[in-house]
Amino acid sequence: MTDATKYDVVIVGGGLMGASAAFFLATRHNASVALLERGRVGAQASGVNFGNVRRQGRPFIQLPLAHHARDIWGRLPALIGEDCEFLPTGHLKIAFDEESLAALEAYNAEARHWSLSLTLVGVNRLRAEYPFLGSGALGASFSPEDGHANPRLVAPAFGRAARRAGAHILEQCEVIGATRQGEGFIIETADGRILRAPILINSAGAWSNRFAAGFGESVPMEARGPQMGVTESLPYFVSPVLGTGDSSFYMRQVKRGSVVFGGGAHVAVDLSDPRPRPRPTHLLTQLRSLTRFLPSMAGVQVVRTWSGVEGYLPDKLPALGWSAKVPGLLHAFGFSGHGFQLGPGVGSVLADLAATGDTKVPIEPFSIQRFAGNGPAKTSPAAPSSGGAR
Amino acid sequence: MSTPRVVVIGAGPAGTRAAEMLVAAGLKPVVVDEAPRSGGQIYRRQPQGFRRPPEKLYGFEAGKAARLHETFDRLQDKIDYRPRTMVWGTEGRNLHLADGDGRQDVIGFDALILATGAVDRIVPFEGWTMPGVYTLGGAQIALKYQACLIGRNVALVGSGPLLYLVAYQYRRAGGNLAGIFDTTPLSRELAGLPRMAANPANTAKGLYYLAWLAAHGVPMLHGVAPLRAEGEGRVARLVLRDRAGRERTFACDAIAAGYHVQSETQLADLLGCDFAFDARAGQWLPRQDEMGRSSVAGVYLAGDGALVRGADTAEATGALAALACLQDQGMPFDAAVRGQALKAMRRGSAFASALRDAFPFPEHLYENLADETILCRCEEVSVGTFRATLRDKGADEVNRAKAFCRVGMGRCQGRMCGASAARVAAQTLGVELASVGRLRGQAPVKPLPAAIQTEAGE
Ligand SMILES: Cc1cc2nc3c(=O)[nH]c(=O)nc-3n(C[C@H](O)[C@H](O)[C@H](O)COP(=O)(O)OP(=O)(O)OC[C@H]3O[C@@H](n4cnc5c(N)ncnc54)[C@H](O)[C@@H]3O)c2cc1C
Ligand SMILES: Cc1cc2nc3c(=O)[nH]c(=O)nc-3n(C[C@H](O)[C@H](O)[C@H](O)COP(=O)(O)OP(=O)(O)OC[C@H]3O[C@@H](n4cnc5c(N)ncnc54)[C@H](O)[C@@H]3O)c2cc1C
Repeated sequence: MTDATKYDVVIVGGGLMGASAAFFLATRHNASVALLERGRVGAQASGVNFGNVRRQGRPFIQLPLAHHARDIWGRLPALIGEDCEFLPTGHLKIAFDEESLAALEAYNAEARHWSLSLTLVGVNRLRAEYPFLGSGALGASFSPEDGHANPRLVAPAFGRAARRAGAHILEQCEVIGATRQGEGFIIETADGRILRAPILINSAGAWSNRFAAGFGESVPMEARGPQMGVTESLPYFVSPVLGTGDSSFYMRQVKRGSVVFGGGAHVAVDLSDPRPRPRPTHLLTQLRSLTRFLPSMAGVQVVRTWSGVEGYLPDKLPALGWSAKVPGLLHAFGFSGHGFQLGPGVGSVLADLAATGDTKVPIEPFSIQRFAGNGPAKTSPAAPSSGGAR
Repeated sequence: MSTPRVVVIGAGPAGTRAAEMLVAAGLKPVVVDEAPRSGGQIYRRQPQGFRRPPEKLYGFEAGKAARLHETFDRLQDKIDYRPRTMVWGTEGRNLHLADGDGRQDVIGFDALILATGAVDRIVPFEGWTMPGVYTLGGAQIALKYQACLIGRNVALVGSGPLLYLVAYQYRRAGGNLAGIFDTTPLSRELAGLPRMAANPANTAKGLYYLAWLAAHGVPMLHGVAPLRAEGEGRVARLVLRDRAGRERTFACDAIAAGYHVQSETQLADLLGCDFAFDARAGQWLPRQDEMGRSSVAGVYLAGDGALVRGADTAEATGALAALACLQDQGMPFDAAVRGQALKAMRRGSAFASALRDAFPFPEHLYENLADETILCRCEEVSVGTFRATLRDKGADEVNRAKAFCRVGMGRCQGRMCGASAARVAAQTLGVELASVGRLRGQAPVKPLPAAIQTEAGE
């Protein structure tokens, strides 16, 4: 293994987390980086998600990271040369029962202490400003600086910008083994490459647990597939993202006119299938929500459904930050259905951690340490110097 | 043994013959078809109340049409017939159905015969999305189904047997033709003649149309390249480049354009069938054996949806798929019938491949497409935008290119633009057509009303 190519940082997985980390490492820290992506950059969860760039409704402890990310969203053209259709249109969370309304009000009151200013929208104003909403809406909370973006564009754009800055972005390059030896990591790929780096970032999305487990840090993560649908193009009628208080249904309209929607239960998916099929039965459930939520959508046609693979952790918080066992190992996975908004912020934090050892953004609550001793798939406690994934 | 639930999708020549075989074996198949009446594309029946005689509707094919309709009508009470019903999705061994009144249903199957037919294949040209431009098939349906002409002075552009057939039908119906503009050089068509002898009757029909049209003074140009449709708000002129390289303009009030047809394969895709690129068809097709078995147990392929080979062969392959299904279900079937159908299928396949060679898909037209030409009409993406996406964003297959610039994301989900997008991609990147892949399919296979009602009426 003397011919191993050496880098400052090797990143496993080219979703939004990996691609933006590569970008910030190359641009902000001038580090030598290799990003290894099994398929195409941003073609998994990061490329097929709903596109919500939403902060309201997140656990409060996630807001500092979400604010950091939101700042980057607003600067995309300057940073990576394109806006990726990010539109700060606002996000409206609507309550259809007293309980959700009370929850919105409580969240609203606390959010200001976390630097998120939201506006409560009373029922009369709601009806006046959103006359197309179905009956039964009791009130809403509006987050003016949130919005939506085109997920298909973001991670690939970060990947291209990182490449322009000198990062090595290797697509169709699957990592089949990562071990810690001596001062750093040895990473092996399916096409026979061997890479070496003192720092390894595990950002392999729903597949990350395989690498975590290989280093003796398995977490109880489930792979699930939220399902999305989209209508034909309609005249542009609503700019904010709309969602129910309980997130059972959400929708946004893209500038070209089609309405993207999602919500409801997600089923467990098989990690061996990177493209799980959406289920027609679930679409029917969503269509009932859609037409109840927006009765005027009854005359519209749906043209496509799709799904993706996302990793969910039991407390719905990600595993983000240094490994508790292996020096030099950074984890960033388990975003539990809401990592898109966080993505650029996560990349920025990972880059700072990898290059300087520290970050200004508080991420302690996301430490993988919290799962130590309770994961069902606890493997033998691998010694830090010999942990491996195959 | 309990009787297997067999579903046939499509009530054209292939689906009708399949249903007939299944009924003969004592089964009661479900037959689902989007159209209000049986017959499929070629033998499409006019709406109730229209009274044109079969000779007028189907010409030389009147006898065959009548026989097929009769067969279907005889089967009516021996099958579970679901007209005006689209199969829009699949989930394991269940099919999701939506009927014309927006009602949803789910039916299970043990065996499934896909006889979903073909759709027009088009090549974009400047102005093709302007009012007054139709596909050849669309122009024919207007006439066959509703007794309407698309214009009073129609220009027909394209290649393939349908070009002359539609021209003949329009002229017979009293329409004036601004001209027939064939992208294939006549020499190429004539060179194909000897091999078409596999089906002398069809070849003779083709020659008859040509001679008849010439005798009626219809202008006919071979080896042309359509350049653009022009007009103020609607078509008024067709501009093309003739064989000698001259630009020529023809006044017309409607244009019908088409280049043969392509198989409808979305349901096979949703069902997980293996696909392979068929270089002669120029299309990705589900793999099948001679009997029409797909790679998925219990799923069979028949008719033009499996491979475009025309109506007679569709009848034969419909029968074969049903026989394969009976055989796989361990039910008795008539080996002699299978022998005949296999023979007819092989003869038809030979003829179809000679046709494809005589009327090749005009791949060269893509090289000269102007950047301003609309490629994806649903999402209004131009050829130039698409080329730039391929070059600048590192998209090297069609799904990736679609993700970046929306080609194939609209109402048609690439059924219209997919073939062209793949060709522009291959040419821009300088690679083989097969290597740019195919657009992934997903439910619904065609637009589905959001207000669809489930049985429970929720
Ligand atoms: C349908 C859907 C809707 C969603 N909607 C939203 C939303 O509206 N808002 C929001 O904030 N979040 C949303 N999310 C969540 C969000 O998309 C994810 O949290 C986020 O994209 C995760 O990014 P990632 O980079 O961690 O994972 P991914 O994008 O999945 O990237 C991981 C990458 O690792 C690669 N990889 C895996 N194994 C290997 C290996 N062995 N070698 C090399 N590469 C490997 C994969 O190919 C993949 O590209 C949604 C998710 C889904 C699935
Ligand atoms: C527009 C057009 C015009 C044509 N005109 C001629 C002609 O004049 N002469 C000629 O020789 N050949 C013609 N062809 C070719 C001709 O269609 C075939 O050779 C012949 O009809 C094939 O028979 P089939 O049974 O395979 O398919 P079809 O006859 O096409 O029958 C397929 C049936 O399946 C149904 N179907 C498809 N998808 C679904 C779904 N998801 N759910 C429910 N039902 C579905 C359709 O409604 C249709 O009735 C034409 C083709 C097209 C597309």
